[in-house]
Amino acid sequence: MKYAFYPGCVARGGAPELYDSALAVMERLGIEHVELTKAACTGAGVLQEKNLKMGDILNVRTFAMAEQMDLPIMVLCSTCQGVMSQANHRVKRDPEYLAEINKHLATEGLEYKGTTSVKHLLWALIEDIGLDKLKETFTRELTGMNMAPFYGCYMVRPTDALEFKEIPSRETSLEDLIEAVGGTVTEKFTGKTACCGFPILFINQANSMKMVANHTGSAQDLGADAMVTPCPLCHLNLDGYQPKARKQVRGDKAELPVIHVPQLIGLAMGMSEKALGLQKHIVSTKELVRKAEALPTQV
Amino acid sequence: MPDTMNVKLKIKRFDPTQSGGKTWWQEYEVDIHPDSTVLDSLIEVREHEDGTLAMRCACRASICGSCGMKVNGNAKLVCKTRVVDVAPNGEQLTIEPMGNQHVVKDLVISLDTFFAQINRVEPYLQPSFVPEQGEYTATNESMENLLISMNCIMCGCCVSDCTVLEVDSNFIGPAALAKAWRFTEDPRDSKRDERLKALNDEDGGMWDCTRCMKCVDVCPKGVAPMDRIMELREAAIEAGNTNTHGYHHTESFYNSVKKNGRLDETRLAIDSAGMFNIPRMLDLVPIGLAAMRKGKLPPLMPHKAEDHKKVKELYERVEGESK
Repeated sequence: MKYAFYPGCVARGGAPELYDSALAVMERLGIEHVELTKAACTGAGVLQEKNLKMGDILNVRTFAMAEQMDLPIMVLCSTCQGVMSQANHRVKRDPEYLAEINKHLATEGLEYKGTTSVKHLLWALIEDIGLDKLKETFTRELTGMNMAPFYGCYMVRPTDALEFKEIPSRETSLEDLIEAVGGTVTEKFTGKTACCGFPILFINQANSMKMVANHTGSAQDLGADAMVTPCPLCHLNLDGYQPKARKQVRGDKAELPVIHVPQLIGLAMGMSEKALGLQKHIVSTKELVRKAEALPTQV
Repeated sequence: MPDTMNVKLKIKRFDPTQSGGKTWWQEYEVDIHPDSTVLDSLIEVREHEDGTLAMRCACRASICGSCGMKVNGNAKLVCKTRVVDVAPNGEQLTIEPMGNQHVVKDLVISLDTFFAQINRVEPYLQPSFVPEQGEYTATNESMENLLISMNCIMCGCCVSDCTVLEVDSNFIGPAALAKAWRFTEDPRDSKRDERLKALNDEDGGMWDCTRCMKCVDVCPKGVAPMDRIMELREAAIEAGNTNTHGYHHTESFYNSVKKNGRLDETRLAIDSAGMFNIPRMLDLVPIGLAAMRKGKLPPLMPHKAEDHKKVKELYERVEGESK
């Protein structure tokens, strides 16, 4: 498989370990990619608050770049996925609107015909590679490791733009992956489709911290060894602000590692802490790595 | 097709008469017609299995808004939810009262929270004049747009699942904000600017929404409260309300992408907090330092997309067109 790779601002900025671990996993799987270095930010839904059309133009520009190469887009971020899916959904349903947007793109020699699909690495692995094929690359089963899934809003809503009806596996993709690596999904954890609080971090920090503390705290109370997320924005908040949030809201310590999807896969592939950038997290992943490395390796 | 189908229910019960209130889970199994709704199966339980189960319902046609409750964790009108759609393979259904509202008994919640929120937005027309005779009229065209919010049947599903209300009971909530939008957009209302300013300035107002889309997802009537909140924000900015962190956040984001083609996270944090807001600036420092210690940026120089100049040109063309 080959993809037009759109890592997103956060993987190229505040969460470099996501970029590195994704490339490491993709290489192990033989997934080829061409990075869309000229593409702009998706707008993350924030830019769209000010100017929806501007956001759609930027995203259609990216779709057109991938279409020229005849490649599907792969993203690493729930927010990129959601915002791009929504833009794609809007222009595919409205040819007049698409034509209007294409006029703006003509000066760069771009035109979008409406054929590009956008897939998060998580979806691509399940839908294009297949979990059975993925499992063949694993060198250890993460037996006994308890993982709390945390999707990120844009990966689960709105379901029509995300095509949940057409592709039902998307609804349980993260749980399916956790089970595929041999782990256990945290039972009774109710936060998996909730908001991490990142969008209001700078607007209402008290509320944002309560969300971080509630989700990470409840997952830990329920026995989770770590939380897994396909969204680097959730990660910024749930990992980066966990020490502050836990102290402020629960009066306890930040002890729940929050890991990116490719890091979970990398652990099952037997990759090292360094290769996956796990030492770069704010909340220590040492205990998690120790637990994974203590598990038997099969060749 | 068989005449009946078996439904397994796990219902959260609450009895306020027991000391301090007692909560427990109770399981039931009933046989119903295969076309039945979740409400039909609950009525079957109440009529034939357990007369003590308290629930609220009336129209059975998703008009009255009485039967909102959580099915497998998400708020729904149970009269509009068919059993086969939520339990296609005979899975057990988990039924709970709605969230973020006071439980009276079992599946019945008090509407006080909901209406206290609605009342905060002065949910009535405030025209500047009294017509000499007849009614306050408006053109069909000017009102058609409002139907989307007027479709609200006040069931409380959006309030139940709102992720902000979960942590902050002072948030005005999705239903009330969608209702407020209905009046700011009504051509006969004379208080548009005052309404927008109040909802912009108020603690718990329009900027506290996280944009998580839960309300859009659970609303059974397509009101899409979050989309109405986004329209309120746009209108508030247009009306000159530029004093919020939310406004600065949006502006900074918009301009960062314009300038770099990408997001400049450092700049975004500084702009959103407010460069001269010293306590909030200091608040960012430990987080930045912790990230740096772990070998992460934050990048002091923004990373730019390769063709960022083309993005800027595109911005300028689009902005020029809308002027």
